[in-house]
Amino acid sequence: MSPTALVEPIKLEVDNLNLYYDQKRALNNVSLKIPEKKVTAFIGPSGCGKSTLLRCFNRMNDLVDLCRVEGKILLDGQNIYDKSVDVAELRRQVGMVFQKPNPFPKSIYENVAYGLRLQGVKSKRVLDEVVERSLKGAALWDEVKDRLHENAFGLSGGQQQRLVIARAIAIEPEVILLDEPASALDPISTLKIEELINELKHQYTIVIVTHSMQQAARVSDYTAFMYMGDLIEHGLTDTLFTNPSKKQTEDYITGRYG
Amino acid sequence: MKKLSSKQTSWFQSGSPWVWLNGGAVTLCMIMVIGLLGLIAVRGFGHFWPADILQTSITDRAGQKQIVMGEFVRDEIITAAVARDGGYEVPADTEVITRHLFKLGNRDISGRDFVWFLDMGMDEWQYPADAIAIERREWGNFYGFPVAVQEGGAVVSKLGDEGFWQELDSRLRRALELHQQVSRIERVDIGRINKHMDDLRLERRRLELDGIKGEAMALADADMSERRAALEAEYAIIKTRRDDILAQATRDKLQVRTGSGKEAVIGFDHIVRITRPNEMSVLDKLVQYGDRFWEFLTDEPREANTEGGIFPAIFGTVTMVIVMSIMVTPLGVLAAIYLREYAKQGTILKIIRISVYNLAGVPSIVYGVFGLGFFVYILGGSIDQLFYPESLPSPTFGTPGLFWASLTLALMTLPVVIVSTEEGLSRIPSTIRQGSLALGATKAETLWKVVVPLATPAMMTGLILAIARAAGEVAPLMLVGVVKLAPALPVDGNYPYLHLDQKIMHLGFHIYDVGFQSPNVEAARPLVYATSLILVLLIIVLNIAAIKIRNNLREKYRGASD
Repeated sequence: MSPTALVEPIKLEVDNLNLYYDQKRALNNVSLKIPEKKVTAFIGPSGCGKSTLLRCFNRMNDLVDLCRVEGKILLDGQNIYDKSVDVAELRRQVGMVFQKPNPFPKSIYENVAYGLRLQGVKSKRVLDEVVERSLKGAALWDEVKDRLHENAFGLSGGQQQRLVIARAIAIEPEVILLDEPASALDPISTLKIEELINELKHQYTIVIVTHSMQQAARVSDYTAFMYMGDLIEHGLTDTLFTNPSKKQTEDYITGRYG
Repeated sequence: MKKLSSKQTSWFQSGSPWVWLNGGAVTLCMIMVIGLLGLIAVRGFGHFWPADILQTSITDRAGQKQIVMGEFVRDEIITAAVARDGGYEVPADTEVITRHLFKLGNRDISGRDFVWFLDMGMDEWQYPADAIAIERREWGNFYGFPVAVQEGGAVVSKLGDEGFWQELDSRLRRALELHQQVSRIERVDIGRINKHMDDLRLERRRLELDGIKGEAMALADADMSERRAALEAEYAIIKTRRDDILAQATRDKLQVRTGSGKEAVIGFDHIVRITRPNEMSVLDKLVQYGDRFWEFLTDEPREANTEGGIFPAIFGTVTMVIVMSIMVTPLGVLAAIYLREYAKQGTILKIIRISVYNLAGVPSIVYGVFGLGFFVYILGGSIDQLFYPESLPSPTFGTPGLFWASLTLALMTLPVVIVSTEEGLSRIPSTIRQGSLALGATKAETLWKVVVPLATPAMMTGLILAIARAAGEVAPLMLVGVVKLAPALPVDGNYPYLHLDQKIMHLGFHIYDVGFQSPNVEAARPLVYATSLILVLLIIVLNIAAIKIRNNLREKYRGASD
């Protein structure tokens, strides 16, 4: 159920989405609208389907055997589950950052340039420029500018996660999906990632899944609460945390379960 | 409260017996491995040490005195009864007798190379300073004394003359140099001309097969005979040069005397090396040792493989392993990628996988039989029909050779590479694949740009195991391309430089041949050890090279699989 208060332009629209893992239903008739250039957070207890929903936005669920999707997700009005959609192209527009940092076994430079190289960009000038811009965008440039050609595994966990974000924004997506991006990081790295999210939302539509309600409250403009595959409540973060309209939401955010 | 200090756990419960058992097992393994390597190393390395030449006199059964000269090989203790049966008179109170094995050399004069002599009736051993050992190209070693150096039949310098040994040395050096020139001419120049001649013959045959007749054929014939004449002219020149050198080489001769006083003359062109071990210091011997070891590594075998070096066998083994690696790696890796990444997991895949795993357990001789039957006769035969009809009925690829040996080994080691690669691929974390896919890469792009590079250390592991198995394999090779004496190396200066159709020598087979097929058991024995040692060292070197490459790769991709 979507809040009526949404007045911003809509980037992503989920319309009656059902998702099955084999026979098991993981998402029940989910419908929501995600506004452009805002941060939307998905919260809820483990197994509620928030990550599953997130992975629908760039069709990562396609990789799971026996996963079946019904309903529509509209990106700028176009159904991404339409047969004519090129999944690789979709993923270029909808970037994703995972729970655990997953840099490639390449240099820092090559990690960031990876997406561009896939698109056939060969010009060293263009690559240099994009790598620098992306690393700056991910607030990592100052820390790595002297060792761009060293292995990315030499970076700390927090740096690796920002590198992965830089890698995602290098191909200039429109939406960035963050799947618990700070859950494997220490508090200082977490803070840096959160600051980064605040920066990035000026340019990108961000959807973040998080376990931490504080984090959701800190970084997001909108929050959606999910429970057992249902979307329970969706609204402005301030409203949802201070004045939830559903009993279940209130129970969850006050720590009565979950 | 229970007392903490009292012993509550028995020795057995404490786990100590297990530690001892496990430690004992490791110790036993280490003892066996070190013992094996130690034995091979001692016997193998010992062979190259220049032994002293001893001279002594022996009273034989008939009571006649006889002077013997040679190298001491080893002792043996036998019971007196055995000696009595042999016709010796042994005092009744003696129970055991020592006997000594001497290498007498001089096969051309005395006929027997290695002889046992009883300690009984043997005089003291003497080590005459002037005694020399001559390594010859034929007839094995000569032991005796030099008498004089002759040039064209006239004596130039006699033993005892001032500068005799220098004279000897310089004549030998000259002869060796001439010999090298001759063998170079034979191998390179004459080899090239022979190749061209053969090519001409094949060219003509090809034209015949193409159905060219009449005028065209006559034209071609004219052209060919012109070329042939040119080659023949060139050959005549080279042959004259070679004969000249050969004639020069026969100029100098060495007059020698055996320990028992027989005189003989040995041409310098038949001599490989002259040593005076009794006069040599330890340092001299060390230099000599290095020289002989180097010769063993780099020279060709002589005298039915019982003398000279094993270079062709080393070269053949390495070439074969490299060709095998080039064939097995891409094939195994591609197969593993398909099985792991693309094939639909199910019953059929399971059956395929079990079959592949079981291939690793098939005895190697079975691969040899398959290689001979299928690769050599069927595949090779068809290749000959299709591409080399001009040289039929003599086969080109339809006969055992380097390519088929490598291919057979590649087939044999394929399961190892597939299994290791599959394991490597399955260890790559899915998050890395997802990271690539999330950036808009297709499955193939993800595979080739991220997954396969990460799996290269595993592939190298497979290759290391494959090399270790292939380099030491003998049984199948006897059927598909390895021979006891190959006329030429598989790589030379004639196009196409690498001759995959040629037969090769192989260290493993060389050991078998020298050890068990040799007419001269005693002479071959140390060579068996030395060759085994080289084979083991070679495998170690190949493995270390591969392990170095793998470690570099691992270092490069360090951390990805954490």
